[in-house]
Amino acid sequence: MHPAPSVILFTALSGLGFGLLAFLGLGLPDVSGWVAFVFFFIAFSLAVGGLLASTFHLGNPKNAMKAFSQWKTSWLSREGCLAVASLILMGIYAIGVVFFDTKLVQVGWIAALSCIGTVFTTSMIYAQLATIPRWNHPLTSLYFLSLSVAGGALLAGQATAAGILLLIAGVVQLAAWIDGDKRFAQRGHTIETATGLGDIGKVRMFEPPHTGTNYLLHEMVYVVGRKHAQKLRIIAMILMVILPAALLLLFPAGHLLALIAVISHIAGLFASRWLFFAEAEHVVGLYYDKR
Amino acid sequence: MTQLPAQTTRKLGLVIDLDTCVGCHACVISCKGWNTENYGAPLSDQDAYGANPSGTFLNRVHSFEVKPEASPAQTIHFPKSCLHCEDAPCVTVCPTGASYKRTEDGIVLVNEKDCIGCGLCAWSCPYGARELDQTAGVMKKCTLCVDRIYNENLPEVDREPACVRTCPANARHFGDFADPDSNVSKLTRERGGMDLMPELGTNPVNKYLPPRPKDTMEEIDILAPLLAPVATETTGFLGWLDKALEKL
Repeated sequence: MHPAPSVILFTALSGLGFGLLAFLGLGLPDVSGWVAFVFFFIAFSLAVGGLLASTFHLGNPKNAMKAFSQWKTSWLSREGCLAVASLILMGIYAIGVVFFDTKLVQVGWIAALSCIGTVFTTSMIYAQLATIPRWNHPLTSLYFLSLSVAGGALLAGQATAAGILLLIAGVVQLAAWIDGDKRFAQRGHTIETATGLGDIGKVRMFEPPHTGTNYLLHEMVYVVGRKHAQKLRIIAMILMVILPAALLLLFPAGHLLALIAVISHIAGLFASRWLFFAEAEHVVGLYYDKR
Repeated sequence: MTQLPAQTTRKLGLVIDLDTCVGCHACVISCKGWNTENYGAPLSDQDAYGANPSGTFLNRVHSFEVKPEASPAQTIHFPKSCLHCEDAPCVTVCPTGASYKRTEDGIVLVNEKDCIGCGLCAWSCPYGARELDQTAGVMKKCTLCVDRIYNENLPEVDREPACVRTCPANARHFGDFADPDSNVSKLTRERGGMDLMPELGTNPVNKYLPPRPKDTMEEIDILAPLLAPVATETTGFLGWLDKALEKL
């Protein structure tokens, strides 16, 4: 799949933002006044910024309001609804904490739950697609959720919790890679099932339907850049998980250390998310004898 | 809107005969022509006369080579457009309700006024039947020429999809699969019409007729005895060479 910067930014930033909001909703860290304002400002910027980034890849964004209507069947619609609900609930909680020094504990809990739910709906946009075997698995949801919670803990300054959660996210990431590598073959999609010609013999492309490129090839048969996938995986794992977890768990807490951990984590997260898209193979590639 | 109908009154669709398709791409062109001038946004082209032309098409013809174990390879031309699936994943993923399947005839359509161009329906389609138009920013797909098949301004003979009307090899057939006596139901039964990527459970309405098995040439034996080789074994210098090389 084409790793469009808009979707990488959207999933990475909104995941971090909603993760941080969830921790703030639970009263971690226990802040109020201006300090709380700064925390909430960062969290809302990430979550809203991520959501706005997702509209950049729309062909026709003027209809965006209509995307709240089909929550009965569409995970994308559910995500939109839940994201707005989370932001409103958390907004109410934030106003209490920042301006009135009052904690609406129940509202905070519900809002935190709703934030995690939003990340889950984001993950389901990808995990629901049977056409992309690498994504079509519960590990996709675990990957999004574990990283969102770990990133949220990191930004919320919960050093020990963040270190442990990062390690858990690293294990999930590793499992998603190893299991995902095998899934296309496991599902049994081949050029023979795609064309139905397998009964006759071995099928291969003789002539493509068009000499140039098209939307399908550009969007779903993205084969550029997989060459360095293994190296990128190592880089992603070190920056996203190992370095920040080591800094958080092995050294005494400090602002500079936390800043390095955050920068490293976000850089690694972008690399991981780039791979999430670039390595995902869509079955339509079979009609072009490409994956 | 994006909930699939439990059942449709009719099941309109195509039968595509892989045995007779000659790969002329006439269906591709007639589809592009009709659907650029009629229903919805035109099918745009980008850099049409430049170095890297590309454009939106609702129907494309792939060509495959199939190599049986013991006989020569066969070329099979393979037209591909929307299969108007009964369990269309492209409909249920749509966040705005722009994508829908009609209860009356099962045609899968996009209401372009509601489409946000997110592309998720194209991602969910295993067959690459949907293309986001790069100029209009809305999703385009085969409409089964919904503006022809019910169009009383057209002569009756023209009230079928443009691709079917134009096919010079008669490789494309249009009809109602819900009616067991329709031309398409009969063809599917008689020729073993098949689904593409059945393992994904999309239940396509359109069916593909596999190429008929090739017959094998029987040896005609009347003249064969007369044409038997005169020398069964090589003699002379060649015979010596043969034996010498054999020994090496």
